[in-house]
Amino acid sequence: MSPVQTGAPPAEEAPPTRSLALRTLASPILREPSALVALAVLAFFVFLAVASPLLVGDDPKAQVGEVFEPPSRELPLGTDGGGANMVSMLVAGAQISLLIGFAAALISAVIGGTVGILSGFFGGRTDTVLMRLTDYFLVIPDVPLMIVIAALFGRSTWNIALIIGVIYWTFTARLIRAQTKSVRERVYVQRARALGARNSRLVLRHVLPQVTPLLIANTVLLIAYAIFAETFITFLGLGDPTAISWGRLIENAFKDDAIINEAWWAIIPPGLCVMFVVLACTILGQALEDALNPRLRTGHLSVRRFRVLPSPRRQEP
Amino acid sequence: MRGSDYVVKRVLFAIGTVFVAVTLNFVLFRSLSGDAVSALRCRTCTQDFKEFQRRELGLDKSKWEQYKIYLVDLAHGDMGRSLRTEEPVRSILWEPIKNTLPMVALGTLFSIVFGIATGVIAAWRRGTAADKGALWGGLAFYSMAPQWLGLVIVLYLAGWLGLPTSGVKDPTLGILSDPSAIEVVVDRLEHMILPALTLGLVIFGQYTLIVRSAMLETLGEDYVLTSRAKGLSNWATVWKHGFRNAMLPVITLVALSLGFIIGGAITVEYVFSYPGIGLLIVEAIDQRDYPVLQAAFLLLTLSVILFNLLADLLYFRLDPRVTE
Repeated sequence: MSPVQTGAPPAEEAPPTRSLALRTLASPILREPSALVALAVLAFFVFLAVASPLLVGDDPKAQVGEVFEPPSRELPLGTDGGGANMVSMLVAGAQISLLIGFAAALISAVIGGTVGILSGFFGGRTDTVLMRLTDYFLVIPDVPLMIVIAALFGRSTWNIALIIGVIYWTFTARLIRAQTKSVRERVYVQRARALGARNSRLVLRHVLPQVTPLLIANTVLLIAYAIFAETFITFLGLGDPTAISWGRLIENAFKDDAIINEAWWAIIPPGLCVMFVVLACTILGQALEDALNPRLRTGHLSVRRFRVLPSPRRQEP
Repeated sequence: MRGSDYVVKRVLFAIGTVFVAVTLNFVLFRSLSGDAVSALRCRTCTQDFKEFQRRELGLDKSKWEQYKIYLVDLAHGDMGRSLRTEEPVRSILWEPIKNTLPMVALGTLFSIVFGIATGVIAAWRRGTAADKGALWGGLAFYSMAPQWLGLVIVLYLAGWLGLPTSGVKDPTLGILSDPSAIEVVVDRLEHMILPALTLGLVIFGQYTLIVRSAMLETLGEDYVLTSRAKGLSNWATVWKHGFRNAMLPVITLVALSLGFIIGGAITVEYVFSYPGIGLLIVEAIDQRDYPVLQAAFLLLTLSVILFNLLADLLYFRLDPRVTE
């Protein structure tokens, strides 16, 4: 494969500074209004997740009223099938859902990033073996695989995060490999190599800082997939039985026959929360990736990606 | 690369993937999770009985020996027996496949139709409210959890449309009278529509975006300009020159999103109690019936690999430039 053209002006080829990653990430967000809104939405839910012990107290599941009590002044979203306050359940759910989302995304970023960098940097046989493995795993359907692994091994929250993370690394690996291949050929990396820098130094000091922004953008996208995957796993009864997550609230609504009781307030809100967070992560991640990954600028190249979302703006003349 | 080389390469890759999937299946179910006998969680079984079961299932042999037996059995289509009903797994899978295939196919069809319609409109009316509506609508549906959308559809849409929300056929059909073939088909379709619609809605967003960007790309090509200069109508330009070329990425995307479609089908079948492979998987998980779970998972994986290969070959047939 030919090295990827980065399209970056030569001035940016200077060795990376510490604030580079931050600046590279901030500018596409500030430029795109929808990305700013997405960031605000995400920040709101992160706040809920972090502050949830303060907001809802120790026991969000505590019974505060009748089963499936409709929304009222005291209970803005009514109660669920166990008589618990839906608002507290949603806030508590934000914590576990986002925790799984962030942890799983981090795990797959570490695995995918490592495989991608090793593969792209060393090339040759390492590259062939790692990429062949990645391609095989890309084809194996990930959601059924996750369900099977979750069914076979434990149901703790951390286990689920681990399972999702271990399965979603393939896209990251492909993306980071392409970027690493292009960085490796840049003049300052070549120069450092000629000066006798060892591979470990080249990777850590020169390659890693250059691929980090893209890795972060990809991780934001992965958070969306991971939160989604959690709802799948939990819905099939494979979640941690004690933890409250949004996936769990959807499962509860289904299991407790919220439909027959016509308790829309127990069904709609958790799904909407999932939708808003997934939408926010997708828009944010995509805006960042668009700005950082030149390969995505040609529409057809971007197709070989799961749940691909080319930016609506990219093709504008 | 020559065309035949490309085909051989894709086929070899598919075979390699099948091998990886089969091995992964063995590793997951046999090596890591204890064994099927301890999974039975049978408190009243005597130690002798458990030993007998282990011997029966070949679990007393070495892992390598077991792996070889597993491969040979699989090659003969033998996937073991259900731990619950003692039936051969192969015969258990048959009925659900016949239910799942048409439902997933209908769902994919829905998503492609919605996706192409919205994508073409968005590209054609670029920058207008129609474009924005199509894009944000697609994105919003695409961010919904399939099982949740299924519940919402049952809550609001099913009653209004008067469609059944569970099962695969009307239990009263055929009791009082002999139903005609048409009645049976209509009944099947009625039961299939809501789960398929749910699947179609959660998937179509990505087609909207891909069709839109591919359309914009092709509409900017010189041959589209030429066709306009020739005086062809808008419709002919968009249809013959834009659309047909923009369809290529959609083929790849359909194949790539199969893994997600099938994952969604599992939860959607559960919501609608639709007796397909997904519901079979849910029941197998509930009852710890690992041979059934294993076979169902293997079947899903193999079908995704097969459809990926077909998509690769179809792509090559439509656009031989792919080998360059």
